[in-house]
Amino acid sequence: MTAPDVLQPYSPEEAVSLFEAGVTVIGGGTIVVPDLTSGRLRPERAMLLAGAGLTGITRDGPRITIGATTPVSELVSLPAPVGPCAANVADVEIRAQGTIGGNLCAGEGIEAPRGDLQGALLALGATVRSAGAGGEKTEPLEDFLPQRKDRLLLDVSFEEPSAGAFAPLIRPHTHDYTTLAVSAARAADGTVRLAVGGVAGHAVRLPGAEAKASDVEAAADAASADAAFADDALASAWYRERTLPVLVRRALTQLQEDS
Amino acid sequence: MNLTVNGVQHTIESAPLTPLLHVLREELGITSPKAGCQQGGCGSCTVLVGDAPRRACLLPVATLDGAEVTTLEGLGTADALSPIQTAFHEHYAAQCGFCTSGMVIAAHGYLESGGTPERESIQTALAGHVCRCTGYVKIINAVAAAAGGEIEATQRWLPQPGEEAPIEIPGAPA
Repeated sequence: MTAPDVLQPYSPEEAVSLFEAGVTVIGGGTIVVPDLTSGRLRPERAMLLAGAGLTGITRDGPRITIGATTPVSELVSLPAPVGPCAANVADVEIRAQGTIGGNLCAGEGIEAPRGDLQGALLALGATVRSAGAGGEKTEPLEDFLPQRKDRLLLDVSFEEPSAGAFAPLIRPHTHDYTTLAVSAARAADGTVRLAVGGVAGHAVRLPGAEAKASDVEAAADAASADAAFADDALASAWYRERTLPVLVRRALTQLQEDS
Repeated sequence: MNLTVNGVQHTIESAPLTPLLHVLREELGITSPKAGCQQGGCGSCTVLVGDAPRRACLLPVATLDGAEVTTLEGLGTADALSPIQTAFHEHYAAQCGFCTSGMVIAAHGYLESGGTPERESIQTALAGHVCRCTGYVKIINAVAAAAGGEIEATQRWLPQPGEEAPIEIPGAPA
């Protein structure tokens, strides 16, 4: 195996200019490095993003912006659902090393869906600033997720919600990816967003349940029609489908209590 | 690139994406970090980068230029163990020993960050570390004792040349 060319940008501008589709981007390394070590991934070019100056959380009024290489551990103190969701990712060492960008952009794993933070940030109505073909753009996270492999995530931002809730299935082990987790948030304008992670592909919004969010039971009943369920070693699709209404009910109940 | 390991500065020759674990073990011959799963899942390669416990198998060495790394060898010496090493010794927290260096580093990080003797917090701090001898109870006992200030800061436990080794097994019949 020939060693990959390694790109090591030292500024956001340099990272954007060096990026092209097909480059393997390494943020914290917690997902890519095991694949390199085992030989599952043999890239021709890899980019180490750690020194590119994309780390940190900034606040501008109610708006919170998180740089791509900010470690997951830094998100734990943010409001629900993203704070408790970040606290539920892996273990102490991995949270301190894994980044929000890597977590959001990770492809589907061989044994389970990845991207624990996707659901929480969908519920917050987060937008993503990214670079790639056609230049830099800012778009809603749900539009970014399907093309995440071809773009370089620069930062994620959202407005502080007036209430938030996170209802996960308890992980069998601290290192397991999300089996199923529902995030809910009420925006400052009163809009309620619901999203589920641990489903097939990447996390998704639950539009049918959102439309009935004022009625907890009706929202729970509507949720299962909104998602396609992964069927893997963590849980069967059958189990996930039957558990989703329970988690929607828990999340909406928490949201009401948090308001 | 340069890396300071246990206070000694080294110039590193390994390829940029080489995990720190392999730099330590194969280029520098420092073998307390163990190559267990090499996937971030077992904890046996854990070292301190600065003050923070990190998985050496997950860190491309090129991201660590100028960093200070501490392995188990840098925590204490046989003559002057660190408090957490003393705690592991006194509480019989090592069985086969394969997970021990990672456990000790993680527990050291836990103590340095103000960790309490509360068992649930210790379990959370060590959640990513697997002991396949399943010696968790004694490991948690050791960390709780160290966090509770029950352990002397340093303790000489190896016999000096010519000295007979004391054999004291707490709880054993006289």
